[in-house]
Amino acid sequence: MQTFQKIATPVLAILVFIILWEALVWVNDWPDFVMASPSDLPAAYSRFWELFLTGGWETLWRTVAGLLLAVVFGTALGMVMGFSRIARDALYPLLVGFNAVPKATLVPVLALLFVGQHNFNTVMMAFLISFFPIAVSVGIGLSTLEPEYRDILRSLGASKFTIFRKIALPKTLPEFFGALKVSVTLSFIGTNLVEIISPHGRGLGALFLSGQTNSNYPLMFAVLIALAVLGILLYYAVVALEKIFAGWAERPQQ
Amino acid sequence: MTNLIDIKGVTHAYKTPNGPLPVLDNLTLSVPEGEFAAVVGPSGCGKSTLTRLVTGLMKPDQGEVWLHGQRVTSPRRTVGMAFQNPVLLEWRTILDNVILPLEIVAGSMSRRAREDRAMELLQLVGLDGFEHKRPSELSGGMRQRASLCRAIVHKPEVLIMDEPFGALDAFTREDLWQTMHQLRAQEPFTAVLITHDLRESVYLGDQVIVLSGRPATTQFVMDVDYPQAGGLREIDGLYTSQCAEMLATLRDQIKIAQGRQPEAAH
Repeated sequence: MQTFQKIATPVLAILVFIILWEALVWVNDWPDFVMASPSDLPAAYSRFWELFLTGGWETLWRTVAGLLLAVVFGTALGMVMGFSRIARDALYPLLVGFNAVPKATLVPVLALLFVGQHNFNTVMMAFLISFFPIAVSVGIGLSTLEPEYRDILRSLGASKFTIFRKIALPKTLPEFFGALKVSVTLSFIGTNLVEIISPHGRGLGALFLSGQTNSNYPLMFAVLIALAVLGILLYYAVVALEKIFAGWAERPQQ
Repeated sequence: MTNLIDIKGVTHAYKTPNGPLPVLDNLTLSVPEGEFAAVVGPSGCGKSTLTRLVTGLMKPDQGEVWLHGQRVTSPRRTVGMAFQNPVLLEWRTILDNVILPLEIVAGSMSRRAREDRAMELLQLVGLDGFEHKRPSELSGGMRQRASLCRAIVHKPEVLIMDEPFGALDAFTREDLWQTMHQLRAQEPFTAVLITHDLRESVYLGDQVIVLSGRPATTQFVMDVDYPQAGGLREIDGLYTSQCAEMLATLRDQIKIAQGRQPEAAH
């Protein structure tokens, strides 16, 4: 019963959303170049299904690759900032400044830096846009560790690495996964940014662009929905990982 | 009887932006092996600093700390610690929390032997049946019981407690006092208890040490003569005139430590 409810509630919400969308278009009598309605989409999917599959795969793997880089680099950076006050003072303004730069402006910069490396550029953008929340949350998680936690092991003569592995790392996992949920959607935005702006783009972003150039508006909306579905899939993959590795942080409901 | 803990003329100051803040001033203190020393004193007089010095987490500016005939210069494995906050690891079960120190100091011990040792203590404090629960599923008193088990699971020579019962309600606290006596009957350790509660210091301590206000020095040491009932200390003993007198003496000493005048007569 509970699992049924868990699945049925969001599915129902999505259905309601689709019906409202359809009604909005129908009531206003909008043509599909103002806004496509859900009933226009199946035609677009069935006509271009091969492009959706290859494009979806391109977008997916480059997003995941960028995200993995962000996890490795962001965690390492967070550790440096969490353990060293000097590093924290030095890196914070740089990081915040870098994060404030609109990432769209970096697309041509990357394209000129690594001419022709389209896959690499796309992965890089997904990485650049998504490492910040991970670095900050790991850094804060480590630097706010109560001294007593460290003292339990330190008083027994445990090494810094042992303390990190047994206490600091697992204790930071809930914050890490919180940040990862934000980063997942961010890295997705990064991938699509390059796919849409860069003239050699591939993936779903390029499909969106070709919909625009060919005035195929239902195709554009179909791509948006496909992106949303991919985003949801990735997000719930992270949620599943969180359940496995940081499930203890979830309090039992009263 | 030899002294297990010897603190000789320890002086310590913290560095602050407004210059050094002296917390301990020529403090001398010794605890014989197997004894239970309760340390009381005004708030912020440096009692917690004392625990960090005895455990070797900090080095004093001047003076020496000796444990079992060895000078303490770095953390040592023969010490167990318990704090006001039980600081249990939320991602581990109660059993795995208690085992934690064994993972550090007894690497060669088998998983089975570690579990047996932890269970032995959990049974002693009445937590058998809860070993597979997570800390968040337990009450404050139960968490503190588990924390005490963790502090002594590796059979330390010294158990150092920094107000371990401070955050508990009065009834739970009295329960834990009794648990403390049960643990001492089973496990040989020398204990230092930092506390704000004079009744607690008298009920648990073999000696009560009153520290002066900051910077702290040893102001007064009292040997506790608790009314015994068949070798056991009962809570009711606290309400005898014998204890009332000890408590009155301690209260006067605290007033002196706080810089107030004790009442003239009793």
